[in-house]
Amino acid sequence: MPLSLEEVRHIARLARLRLTADEERRYAEQLSAILDYADRLKQVDTSDVPPTAGVQNLETPLRPDTPRPGLTRERALANAPATADGMFLVPPVLDT
Amino acid sequence: MTDPTGLSLLEASAALRAGEFSSLDLTRACLDRIAALDPSLHAFLAVAPSQAEAQAGAADRRLAETRRSGGVLPPLLGIPIAVKDVLAVQALPATAGSRILEGFRPPYTATAVQRLIDDGVVILGKTNTDEFAMGSSTENSAYGVTHNPWALHRVPGGSSGGSAAAVAARMCFAALGSDTGGSIRQPAAFCGVTGLKPTYGRVSRYGLIAYGSSLDSVGALARSSADLTPVFETMAGHDPSDATSLPRPLPPIELNGEVKGVRIGVPAEYFIDGMQPEVERAVRQAVEVFRSLGAQVSEISLPHTDLALPVYYIIAPAEASANLARYDGIRFGPRLPETVGAKQASPLPAGSSTLMDQYLATRGELFGPEVKRRIMLGTYALSAGYYDAYYGQAQRVRTLIKQDFDRAFAQVDVVACPVTPTTAFPIGGHGDDPLSMYLEDVFTLPANLAGVPGLAFPVGFDSESLPIGMQLNGPALSEPLLLRLGDAYQRETDWHLRSPKYGQ
Repeated sequence: MPLSLEEVRHIARLARLRLTADEERRYAEQLSAILDYADRLKQVDTSDVPPTAGVQNLETPLRPDTPRPGLTRERALANAPATADGMFLVPPVLDT
Repeated sequence: MTDPTGLSLLEASAALRAGEFSSLDLTRACLDRIAALDPSLHAFLAVAPSQAEAQAGAADRRLAETRRSGGVLPPLLGIPIAVKDVLAVQALPATAGSRILEGFRPPYTATAVQRLIDDGVVILGKTNTDEFAMGSSTENSAYGVTHNPWALHRVPGGSSGGSAAAVAARMCFAALGSDTGGSIRQPAAFCGVTGLKPTYGRVSRYGLIAYGSSLDSVGALARSSADLTPVFETMAGHDPSDATSLPRPLPPIELNGEVKGVRIGVPAEYFIDGMQPEVERAVRQAVEVFRSLGAQVSEISLPHTDLALPVYYIIAPAEASANLARYDGIRFGPRLPETVGAKQASPLPAGSSTLMDQYLATRGELFGPEVKRRIMLGTYALSAGYYDAYYGQAQRVRTLIKQDFDRAFAQVDVVACPVTPTTAFPIGGHGDDPLSMYLEDVFTLPANLAGVPGLAFPVGFDSESLPIGMQLNGPALSEPLLLRLGDAYQRETDWHLRSPKYGQ
């Protein structure tokens, strides 16, 4: 089942990726080929098979609830492209 | 002093203890070799000479002190190694081969690396990788391809291709890698070195830049199984900072050459049409070496092997699409459009751009084509209406693949098979055909889906003098057995001692 350009644009938007028109065409073609290949999974009868999300059967580990030093504000901000007043600076999220 | 870079890790370690040379001598020899060879190989994304020399000096002081006090010396004290650029090392860059992490300096060090540092290793620098470890050739690195030391126009494999090339070219004594679908074992095979992908959870993932979180393993590459052993022993073990780290003690690893009675299964499904005949021949000959050492060899079946590829290329991209959502141009990395990219103290001018514009531009322009492809694929597989048909079904078939291994390990101790269908392919050989590139991973993906360990090591060369690799997979936590078998084979053969003409 080939992916349409509209579907590719929709996925790109969900994934927060701006694509060029050329990329949209190429990904429509390549993703269709990969999904076509993956369709062989649908031939497998898995009606009695549970899913595997991870290979371990670990219980959720707990640690003592005691305070310990974490990342300082200075180090947390050190890699940010834009900061102000000790905070990450972002463009407006809502129109004012 | 002869060039010490030709020594094995264990030989170099013994020579350091014997006072034949210092860690600083050894480190400078490696740095000289990197300076001489890396312009042609491009195995490194960053070399850190001053930090490495400082670590070497500290190791020499610790060596002298311990010698005086008669204490126990850690086996890796003063040994120069390299680290794949997907592992955080404080004060060194960490790009994951991506422009979206250009200039990023991680604020902490990965547990696996920290344990090595605590034992006195010297870190020479960070090695090249496919962007976010997505690839089988290092061609997906945003910073240029690494060349295979055995043939410069060929790929070193990937994604830990820089680490494999650095070890093969004798620029370091071991190098760390990560393996999500074969990214340690496949480059080890292509470069003629030994690589260990540990059991999922055996080595902490804390400080590993995440790709596929249910599949990612941190491991290492070195010149032999014996050289890998102390590196693995130092890195492995429980880490409270990684919730999937196994709280199980590491049993002692005895490299005693013992093979007698070990049951080796050879899976029929790993010898497929279209594979290079020389690869099959070399792997079957290696199995005969194990038989001659007393192993019991039998043919086994892993019937769902051909489904590992479609399962992996749904599950890994799905996990990647979630993991890579964090790259948004806000907390680290460059930000686009440039108008909001500069460090600034005052709020932005009104109407300059919206947050959504920033996400779309930053991610659209700074992720490379393969990363965007996998994010799109994963986003699609997880999206409403397709989730169960793709992701849910892939998880159920993953169970069948895991059960194949469970059944096999009820009959045999290890599974022996090729690492790759062919030897190293030419740079550009797969063109713009992602699916044909994905097929390179057909023999390495199953171990990640099942979470079991795998050891890759050289077992011969093809007619073009390119290395051929073999893989041993064992049940969870069987690294001691895999390393013992790899070492036993390397006592009988000398493939692992050969080095590329380039590397001599």
